[in-house]
Amino acid sequence: MLLEVNDLKKYFPVQKSFLDRLLTAKEEFVRAVDGVSFSLERGEILGLVGESGSGKTTTGRLCIGLILPTSGNIIYDGVDLSVIKEEDMRRLRRRMQLIFQDPTAALNPRIRVGDAILDALRFQEIGTPTERRQRVEEILERVGLSPWSNFFDRYPHQLSGGQRQRVVFARALVLNPELVVADEPVAMVDVSVRAQILELMRALRKEYNLTYLYITHDLATAEYVCDRIAIMYLGKIFEIGGKEQVFRHPRHPYTLSLISAIPVPDPTAKLERLIPRGEIPSPINPPSGCRFHPRCPFAQEICAEEEPRLEEIEENHRVACYFPR
Amino acid sequence: MAGGESRGRIVVQLFPRIASLRKRGLAGWTTLVGSVIVVTIIAMTLVAPWISPHDPSAIGVGKPPYPSPPSADFPLGTNHLGMDMLSRVFWGGSTMLQVAIISVIVCLVVGVPIALLASYAGGMLDKATSLVMDSIYAFPGLVLAIAIAAMLGPGVVNMALSIGVVYIPSYFRVVRSQVLSIKELPYVEAARTIGARSRSILFRYILPNVVPSVVVIATINFADAILTAAGLTFVGLGLSVGIPDWGWDLTWGRQYLTTGSWWIIAFPGLMIVLLALGFTLLGEGLSELLNPRLEE
Amino acid sequence: MSVVDIESLSIHYLMRRGNIRAVDDVTLSVRKGETLGVVGESGCGKSTLGLALIRLIPYPGSVVGGRVLLDGTDLRSLPEKEMRQIRGKRIGFIFQDPMTSLNPVKKIGDHFIELIRTHEKRVDKAEALDRASRMLETLGILPERVNDYPHQFSGGMRQRVMIGLALALNPEFVIADEPTTSLDVIVEAQILELLKRLKEAFNITLMLITHNIGIIAQTADRVAVMYAGRLAELGPSLRLFADPLHPYTQALLSAVPNVAKPGRVLSWIPGAPPDLASPPPGCLYNPRCPHAFDRCPREVPRLVDVGEGRSVACFLHYKG
Repeated sequence: MLLEVNDLKKYFPVQKSFLDRLLTAKEEFVRAVDGVSFSLERGEILGLVGESGSGKTTTGRLCIGLILPTSGNIIYDGVDLSVIKEEDMRRLRRRMQLIFQDPTAALNPRIRVGDAILDALRFQEIGTPTERRQRVEEILERVGLSPWSNFFDRYPHQLSGGQRQRVVFARALVLNPELVVADEPVAMVDVSVRAQILELMRALRKEYNLTYLYITHDLATAEYVCDRIAIMYLGKIFEIGGKEQVFRHPRHPYTLSLISAIPVPDPTAKLERLIPRGEIPSPINPPSGCRFHPRCPFAQEICAEEEPRLEEIEENHRVACYFPR
Repeated sequence: MAGGESRGRIVVQLFPRIASLRKRGLAGWTTLVGSVIVVTIIAMTLVAPWISPHDPSAIGVGKPPYPSPPSADFPLGTNHLGMDMLSRVFWGGSTMLQVAIISVIVCLVVGVPIALLASYAGGMLDKATSLVMDSIYAFPGLVLAIAIAAMLGPGVVNMALSIGVVYIPSYFRVVRSQVLSIKELPYVEAARTIGARSRSILFRYILPNVVPSVVVIATINFADAILTAAGLTFVGLGLSVGIPDWGWDLTWGRQYLTTGSWWIIAFPGLMIVLLALGFTLLGEGLSELLNPRLEE
Repeated sequence: MSVVDIESLSIHYLMRRGNIRAVDDVTLSVRKGETLGVVGESGCGKSTLGLALIRLIPYPGSVVGGRVLLDGTDLRSLPEKEMRQIRGKRIGFIFQDPMTSLNPVKKIGDHFIELIRTHEKRVDKAEALDRASRMLETLGILPERVNDYPHQFSGGMRQRVMIGLALALNPEFVIADEPTTSLDVIVEAQILELLKRLKEAFNITLMLITHNIGIIAQTADRVAVMYAGRLAELGPSLRLFADPLHPYTQALLSAVPNVAKPGRVLSWIPGAPPDLASPPPGCLYNPRCPHAFDRCPREVPRLVDVGEGRSVACFLHYKG
């Protein structure tokens, strides 16, 4: 097991105006992640799927130590990240990398693409300058920016969106990480090029023995590339299981509505639409009990009173619901 | 390294492409006109020794009574001491430019690093420095400059220092706002994930992206520095009388304006305005050009 | 019977690196009561096209050729004063980002009041407010919220308000530019349901601009596929999806995942769209097209009628 997350919580204090701070003593928190537990095996791709406010992005960043949890722990390859020193963390960072959503904002506009990748090796003090250069050339080829000589000296603004995203991948991979947290890696890439990036992810997994945490709101791409999927809502995991299980036999009402809400690119498809009313409530004051109960068409009294726990409903498939479908 | 890169890019972009500046619309024209004015005036002060018909400090050239109005021999007239105004116009910008340049250097060397460190570190350091800077900024510039210059005494370097202190907060604010916004960008977060130390992040990832704004504020600040320098000389602080300076001409010219000798104050005054205008245009134009516009 | 006729419309952006041909010689019509979906990826010109119809193209863009006819009136030739009367009253526009499209210091009700009273000067405030409240109800929002400010609304509700504003004066034609792109999936589904309901209730003629092929499939009657500023294919939705003719349409459809048909291998299009400042000669899709032949880089293919109400701009479908 590469990564184990136990009852992870991250609360952000709400920025209050000066006047509010004077008048109200109560501190309010955005409960971005509120008790999340899961494990990640080596070599698998786990999808964290959720809408805005679900906490998926925060969870991703917690897992690679970019932010510290409020409570709970993250155990990476046996090492508890909450008790680690900053220096050790910096070295541990080599083994876990982050792919960003916006490939343009993820690259320093004033540094050439090749140099940006070289930086990773320089900061981690790996190899000699010649060796580093070699490695960058190799990795550029490997992500499909071939021939590398065409791309090494270019600035980000001279590349297309898909190419920039591949540079982001190259930079993350040049350190030979074990874990890659990909935060919406194809959301800002053109539709016609997305599959290329997703296939690249899969190919690189085999070649470099990678493990991915794939964060997205797009269930369709998650289904395409993940082995397992976790459905998140307001800081909690509602359902987690193998891709087939979650997709073909979704059990949680939220998962059902999420899947049925996706507009299918087929005008003849007759789909059961299960669209809940209302919108996602604020993570500052989440609903009592099951967080979905105000919108759930199947909600009963107990759903408002007590929060359901993640329970195994079939092998390797867990749901947090009193009335799974 | 990377900073030099962007400076090099600025230079490389501007000079061979002066013709293409025209294509850049209003911003291009502004920069072009501004740079022409500035370069011309600087050139003028540099070649002053060779093109001045008379020694600018020589008293009693030409025929009395002094001051004499513009004539064929003295195209810009003479002042009350019989000094040739044309020569004084050629020579008079030199000190002012020196003062301005040194003051800008002071601001860059002191203001920018403080801003970088304070805003990147955040917390108490940021709050404390901002407080100090805001307090200085709250003072009317000229008044503060006069106060400091009075304390330091005359001389080019002292003038530059007093002007520098007054304008450091401007640089501080510009750099700080840039750093605060860049700090949150994904590529800075990316630098952290690949293991960059704070030092590297500051100098390689943040500073190069702050440079364009600094160039702009420095250029516009030149104009302020020049005006403040003129102001200081005007009130008698900063320079000894023997040095030819437009500021002195303003002081003297003021007295003689009421008696109708307009040319003593007019021409140097015009030069000051022109120089300040040139720098302002240059700065405004650069601001438009250097701010990357995200095209579709 | 068409409400809007676009004839050979071309729009260029004059930028420092050259003349960008954002929209190049586009001809299409929107028929009364239909939903025309305009689909394409980033940079294909679809948003520019939408903005051109209400003459709100940002500087430095300008229309360099062609006509836009609203019920026979040439919109390009109208003075700005008259165009202002058309915006909002005869053509409604739903913008992409409801966060920035509403005035944060104005109450929701005031947005409606200003809109109504600008175009119907005789209406008094009370009546306008009443209409606003009723519109909110139709949109699924509590009518009392007419006194709230935009920041008190969630993203989905703000978008509903935007739709309400677009429909308030019962325009002949509504343009929606990426109306759900900034919204979550479930809210997106809610908004699309709302649009469908309103379309039937008000008999709206709608031009829906989006890059989301799923939305197009679920809402459009006819589809226009754009690539690099030009129209690639145009036709009824059912036929286009069942049997895409243009190689770009084919590639696009096979690149999109379908949750109802999992397990399919997705394809992608190698290369990148052309630089619109210096486009290659001939067909713009040619460099990436698997079926390209010698005619393709030499001539620009025109949109040709191939029957069944379909047209394609591709030499593969030229007869003779």
